[in-house]
Amino acid sequence: MPNLEHPAYPAADLLHLESLVPCRESQVSMLLSIFGERQQFSFPCIFIYGHTASGKTYVMQTLLTTLQLPHVFVNCVECFTSRLLLEEILIQLQSCSSGTEQTSPVRCDTLNDFVRLFKQAVDSQEVQHQTLYIVLDRAEQLREMEANILPAFLRLQELTDRNVTVVLLSEIVWELFRPNMGCFEPFTMYFPDYSIGHLQKILSQNHPPEYSADFYAAYINILLGVFYMVCRDLKELRHLAALNFAKYCEPVVRGEANERDTRKLWKNIEPHLKKAMQTVYLREISSSQWERLQHDGGEAGQLKGLSAHTHVELPYYSKFLLIAAYLASYNPVRTDKRFFLKHHGKIKKTNFMKKHEKTSNHLLGPKPFPLDRLLAILYSIVDNRVAPTANIFSQITSLVTLQLLSVVGQNDQLDGPRYKCTVSLDFIRAIARTVNFDIIKYLYDFL
Amino acid sequence: MSTCSVSKGCFVFKPSTKKRRLSDKTGHDFRCPSNDSEDTQLRFVTCQSLWNQIKSETEQIQEDLNKQLLDNLVSFLSRSHSDFQEKTTEWTCRMKFREIPTAALVLGVNVTDHDLTFRGLSDVLQDNITPYVALLEAKDCPGIKNLMQKLMGQLMNCDIDVDSMDDEDCVQVSQNRIRCSMPSLISWYDSVTKKTDSETPSKKRNSSSRHWRSPPVVVIFKDMESFTTKVLQDFIVISSQHIHELPLVLIFGIATSPMIIHRLLPHSVSSLLCIELFQSLSCKEHLSTIIDKLLLTSRFPFKLGEKVLQVLINIFLYHDFSVQNFIKGFQLCIVEHFYSQPLSVLCCHLVDIKKRVYSLSHDQCENIRRLPSFRRYVEKQESGKQIELLTNDSFLKEETQKLLEDLHVYHENYVSILRCLHVFTSSLPKYPLGKQIRELHCACLENRVWETEEYESSLQLARMLNKTDLVTMLQQCVEILIASSGKEFDRAIEKLKEFLTQFQNLEVAEASQERDVSVSPQKELQKKTDLYHLQKTLLELKESRRSKKLTKFEMLRFEVVDYIDSLVRRYLVPADNRTLHEIVYFNAAAVLRGHLNAAPRTALHTALNNPHWYLKAFSTVVMAAEEPNADAASSDQVDDVIHARFIRAVSELELLGFIKPSKQKTDHVARLTWGGC
Repeated sequence: MPNLEHPAYPAADLLHLESLVPCRESQVSMLLSIFGERQQFSFPCIFIYGHTASGKTYVMQTLLTTLQLPHVFVNCVECFTSRLLLEEILIQLQSCSSGTEQTSPVRCDTLNDFVRLFKQAVDSQEVQHQTLYIVLDRAEQLREMEANILPAFLRLQELTDRNVTVVLLSEIVWELFRPNMGCFEPFTMYFPDYSIGHLQKILSQNHPPEYSADFYAAYINILLGVFYMVCRDLKELRHLAALNFAKYCEPVVRGEANERDTRKLWKNIEPHLKKAMQTVYLREISSSQWERLQHDGGEAGQLKGLSAHTHVELPYYSKFLLIAAYLASYNPVRTDKRFFLKHHGKIKKTNFMKKHEKTSNHLLGPKPFPLDRLLAILYSIVDNRVAPTANIFSQITSLVTLQLLSVVGQNDQLDGPRYKCTVSLDFIRAIARTVNFDIIKYLYDFL
Repeated sequence: MSTCSVSKGCFVFKPSTKKRRLSDKTGHDFRCPSNDSEDTQLRFVTCQSLWNQIKSETEQIQEDLNKQLLDNLVSFLSRSHSDFQEKTTEWTCRMKFREIPTAALVLGVNVTDHDLTFRGLSDVLQDNITPYVALLEAKDCPGIKNLMQKLMGQLMNCDIDVDSMDDEDCVQVSQNRIRCSMPSLISWYDSVTKKTDSETPSKKRNSSSRHWRSPPVVVIFKDMESFTTKVLQDFIVISSQHIHELPLVLIFGIATSPMIIHRLLPHSVSSLLCIELFQSLSCKEHLSTIIDKLLLTSRFPFKLGEKVLQVLINIFLYHDFSVQNFIKGFQLCIVEHFYSQPLSVLCCHLVDIKKRVYSLSHDQCENIRRLPSFRRYVEKQESGKQIELLTNDSFLKEETQKLLEDLHVYHENYVSILRCLHVFTSSLPKYPLGKQIRELHCACLENRVWETEEYESSLQLARMLNKTDLVTMLQQCVEILIASSGKEFDRAIEKLKEFLTQFQNLEVAEASQERDVSVSPQKELQKKTDLYHLQKTLLELKESRRSKKLTKFEMLRFEVVDYIDSLVRRYLVPADNRTLHEIVYFNAAAVLRGHLNAAPRTALHTALNNPHWYLKAFSTVVMAAEEPNADAASSDQVDDVIHARFIRAVSELELLGFIKPSKQKTDHVARLTWGGC
């Protein structure tokens, strides 16, 4: 029984469309009723939002192509300037009207030009009375373009006086779009996340030709059991399903189990999937490496993930510079005397601790410090004398390029530069251990 | 050395300018004037040919070291897109998300060396995989727009380079305003690959036959850390949309650790990538190889003294980890040596020595006589020979030739024995003489190594080595000595081989002996089972063991260690003790330090600390601008007007905060110091 019904479109097309968009029937029928018949003016702007991989782009694309509605589909990430965006729309418009005819280069710098050229293009089309749909995928990028772009697209129907509907697709809510001067409010529509039942249904739909649908559905069931807790991204799940299916089939291929032996198959695949969750899913090892590993029958333990390589080898003084920077970032200036002067007298922490310093500096994050303080600390923590040669200064710069330090507020030419240390406590402790420096003893937080 | 600048600071003197001066034969600031201009020319030529040899050698070494890495990368790249091209119809490939193949290339923190690696990499790629390689640097790509511009510029240029025959097309492209977007890149790629496809059958072209039908487009991010998150994310998202049309491969050049990828890219973006890790050789190993191949060899006549080597190694280990800088420093040493030491003309290969010694001028002979090591040598000779050496030039030349040949032999032997000693010291616990051969080398060059405490403790430890280790070490030593070019080692090899056979015999003898020795006490132990007797026997056993004579193995071990010790004492004499070492060894560490360790702060302080110098410098600059004739400037008296201008300028600088008074007052002039940076 077809859920989708619309007098304007042939029933066969609608049936086909319905088979293509499982679990999104209600959204599609809603869209169809908003669109109305081909010639009818529709809502000027529709804003569709929903989480990653909830089928926004796919549904729009399938809907427009299956019903052969005239449309332009643009990804806003790709068109990183407004000119590229506008030109892309015009080019697609030309090609959709004139078919294979070679597109002449268009030049469109402003919205004013765009409206003019757009009118020309629409008028020259054969389908000029049908509603034209402009779909802007990843519309959140529009907010970063010129201020007039987004409001203009919202009112494009009014500005051009043509039968056009703009559809914005985004992963964030409309409230984050609304410009502070106000604008035309679009019709907003929410695509909810797929439920586990939906995911099961959609993923099972594409089973490999060699195996039965039931067999594959059982596999998907196990897969979702492992991954649903951490990942609801349909694309990612489908990818993972394809990656691990060979392993699942192994007992069947070897003849140790038949397709119905669900328990045996589960025992075989479950630990494997858990390992995949810790490695491939996090992109610790790549999917091609994972496949090769599976193929050779090796253990995942042999391959170290990206996070296993945390060790950074640094020159001797760079290590001390980094340690000095860390101390300067996390210790209050007042305490330098206590840590680095030989005869500082006896100062207990409770005595010289101010109220606001009771919160851990490590929770507050690194504070900026001037170059001179860094050097002063460096000289006092290195055992032998360090000459302030150009090498030391260039090391500081190279630490900045390595993103281990960062420069704060560079615009002031007269004052010395100020830095922040951006490494973590674990990292600096590992560094300090290699030079036999007990950094904990020098940190105010751990006193 | 003079500069055109007036301030007293640090200046970089590139060696090339010096060379030019040498080749111009101007020689006006040479220490030995006029008549040895012959030799300066020869020195210059020798220096250049030596440097060229060393340069090609280092390039070869680097190529060999990078080979493994580059091979791995090339196989990764060739595999990256072939999978998809072969089996697009297969179910898994349809279902799988198409990720962008990405190589994370961890190169270490020595950023200055990366350029060379990347150059090698892109050459190899262009030869083997694809003509489409783009190298991107973070400083050129502050935004995604600039990145795309840069990328397309590089790719389309490379197109012109490769297919120079059909220029019209490319010209047309560049005439049209190129839209910097992915679609235009794709249409360019399509047109280029289609063109080569249609052409290959008709014209036989070498360049395209090496690549496949649709070669991947490789984008290299040279310094991953410096790219902004947004640019990278946008680029990856965009290109993953088009991965079906444009076979893109990314290479991330990473200086720190691969963790940076996760720090820069959120999961939603990193899940678009298929990242494989490649690690280059650590720079310390790289340096070891360089030192091994350049310094611990008799192939090159030029040698580094202990202090100089220490300076270079210290800069490497303490400051930059840059092998390129080490080689640059080494080059500076060579140039400085040939420039400042007139006798360096004799620093050449053994075959040339005779000719060069006999063509020495009288002045050069005097130079030899002035060498401290030669003077020491003369003092040790008998009086008749002393006079001959000091007065007779031709006798001196004969003697010099002999001494130089001795020095050469000494060095050959030195290297071999050093390697043998390193075999022993590198396996001792806690490495009293250092783990690396370079440390041992420095220790041996510095002073008599056998007089040091570390050597003593090494020997102590060596006397406790077990048999299997000792035997393998001896075998290694034999191999080293056989491979060495020195001729004196026949006896040493014999001796070591003898030790080895003795060890073998010992094994056989021990095996038979042990059986009857070990059985008897065991039996006794088994017989007496009560506690008191057991204790007693155990004590007796211990006693007897302590007082027992050394076993044969222990005796032999002592002998071996003593023999090695004798070799060390004979061959590892420090180079400064050898006569004429000044000719071959470069020892001017202070000069080198002055060149390499620039100290801008210290220089500024000295410059500002003396207001009189500051004033003079100021007046020179002002006068030079106003009137170029030198007379007025050279007079010591400073013009009152200029003096006033100087004081005013200084106080203005003080007001602006560039300089400040240092609070030290001497001779009623406030000294100045540098504030801020």
